[in-house]
Amino acid sequence: MALDRFFRRRRPQQQPGTDVPDLWTQCPACKEGVYNRDLEAGAYVCPKCGHHIRLDAAQRVQVLLDEGSFTQLSGRVQPTDALNFQDTEAYTDRLRRAQKKTGRPDAILTGTGTILDVPVTLAVMDFAFSGGSMGSVVGEEIARAAEHAAAHGTPLIIVTASGGARMQESALSLMQMAKTTVALEGLTERGLPYVSLLTDPTTGGVTASFATIADVIVAEPGALIGFAGPRVIQQTIRQNLPEGFQRAEFLLEHGMVDAVVDRREQRAYLASLLGLLTRREVSA
Amino acid sequence: MTAPIDTLKELEARVRDLEVTAQKTGQNLDAALNPLRAEVDRLRAAQPKAAPTRWERVQLARAQGRPTALDYVDRLCTEFTELHGDRRYGDDPALIGGPARWQGVPVMLLLQQKGRDTKSKIKRRFGSANPEGYRKAVRLMDLADKFGLPVVALVDTQGAYPGLEAEERGQGWAIAESIRRMLNLRVPVVNVVIGEGGSGGALAIGVGNRVLIQENAWYSVISPEGAASIIWKDASKAPLAAEALRLTAPDLLKLGIVEEVIPEPAGGAHQNADEAARAVGEAVTRHLRELAAQDAATLKTDRAARFRRLGAYTETP
Repeated sequence: MALDRFFRRRRPQQQPGTDVPDLWTQCPACKEGVYNRDLEAGAYVCPKCGHHIRLDAAQRVQVLLDEGSFTQLSGRVQPTDALNFQDTEAYTDRLRRAQKKTGRPDAILTGTGTILDVPVTLAVMDFAFSGGSMGSVVGEEIARAAEHAAAHGTPLIIVTASGGARMQESALSLMQMAKTTVALEGLTERGLPYVSLLTDPTTGGVTASFATIADVIVAEPGALIGFAGPRVIQQTIRQNLPEGFQRAEFLLEHGMVDAVVDRREQRAYLASLLGLLTRREVSA
Repeated sequence: MTAPIDTLKELEARVRDLEVTAQKTGQNLDAALNPLRAEVDRLRAAQPKAAPTRWERVQLARAQGRPTALDYVDRLCTEFTELHGDRRYGDDPALIGGPARWQGVPVMLLLQQKGRDTKSKIKRRFGSANPEGYRKAVRLMDLADKFGLPVVALVDTQGAYPGLEAEERGQGWAIAESIRRMLNLRVPVVNVVIGEGGSGGALAIGVGNRVLIQENAWYSVISPEGAASIIWKDASKAPLAAEALRLTAPDLLKLGIVEEVIPEPAGGAHQNADEAARAVGEAVTRHLRELAAQDAATLKTDRAARFRRLGAYTETP
């Protein structure tokens, strides 16, 4: 898959027969070569075409939070194969492979930190792990992050990147839609803001649960966001989908998200928004 | 138990041999074959029935003539007063509802209605709701909460409608709101999966205090066909996917996702709608009676705790 290729190339590595480490990356959208140091300095937005390159959870934390402010929460919840799910490959093998690839137990990273000095609790979905799919671990960790935010009086930000509920945990995955909703209720009761940041792609059971019941919904430019996937819809209506369908800008136009915010502006946007919603005093 | 099966196998082998001989030689051996065939049929019928496979149950859940939500309402409710529209865009015939008396008890009904004939099935999109359906459900739940009416929700959908306009009008948003509203109700909520429980479109009206399922209904994160086309790029592998997804009533009871399996008449609910309805009516009424004793706060916190618990994981120290 293209994303894997991209991240492989990004790592400096010795090609056989050459002594030149990889210094640049090809933008998946405009195909232009971009220096890696420019990408990192520019929140992984292509400086040539503005394409928002997909991030893994660690990169997201780095882009969003004040440097050095992140403290991980939990991270101890491990997936299990309760259904003994077997398709072309055993679920346990799939899990092991994804864990090795990402260095995480599952498709979620949670923690606390600050954004321009505003304290937040943060949950980030990791698309690199099994397409960011939501099983029992993702549901549980998001619920715990929400409960942590409620208990410690911080706003909650959830960054979504997910193909939806995880098939290999079947009805247990489905129930995570309800579980996360239950946990988020604690923030409502305590008058604490919950902001979701929808990134490419956010679909299925994630769109139909915690992602879209946020107080404020922010989307990244160009992100694909929807319930049913474009292929399924195309099969249903048997005609081509309009240009830009289910993209962040399309959803803004249809009143489904509050704002589409460039990744390079997100820190300032979120710090200001959370300051306003929590009636934070600022020195004039 | 093994003797008759051996006899049956031997008989079947003899029938096969004779049929092969008849074919090879062109002789008519029916005189010899027919009594043997009759005996094979008799022995087969006398075999203890194995439980249906998961895929067989999926097919029973979709059987022609299986009672729809309104078939249960006709048999169990009086004064069903359908209330229409979401007050925003339209009225969805795939998800309907309104107050009624459930075996005498005033309740708010939420029904996923598939349609009973071709015309009404198309009109109701085979029970696949648009955002308007879920927004109407939220509206009716507001009324139930306001007037203290218990909610009875009958789930029967392959999933929310995957249409272009459904997406434009926020299908995911509507489902998420419906889940949240149901979780926050201060009245008893009893859900019954009466046929198909497909994904978020089913869960949207599935988060109650007691979740029940009929013996041959299924409930899963994705339909067997959907899973098969993702795993094997081939929807005809649905029977394999049905096995892997553990989507039957006994599976869900074991996973703690449902409280009770409601028995169906022999051969499935479509064989005897009256008998199926009696069992559904009895179970729902019993749970409503139990829940009636609980106060509003308990109903809400118990329901929240029920769903907060669900999931399977381990934890490292």
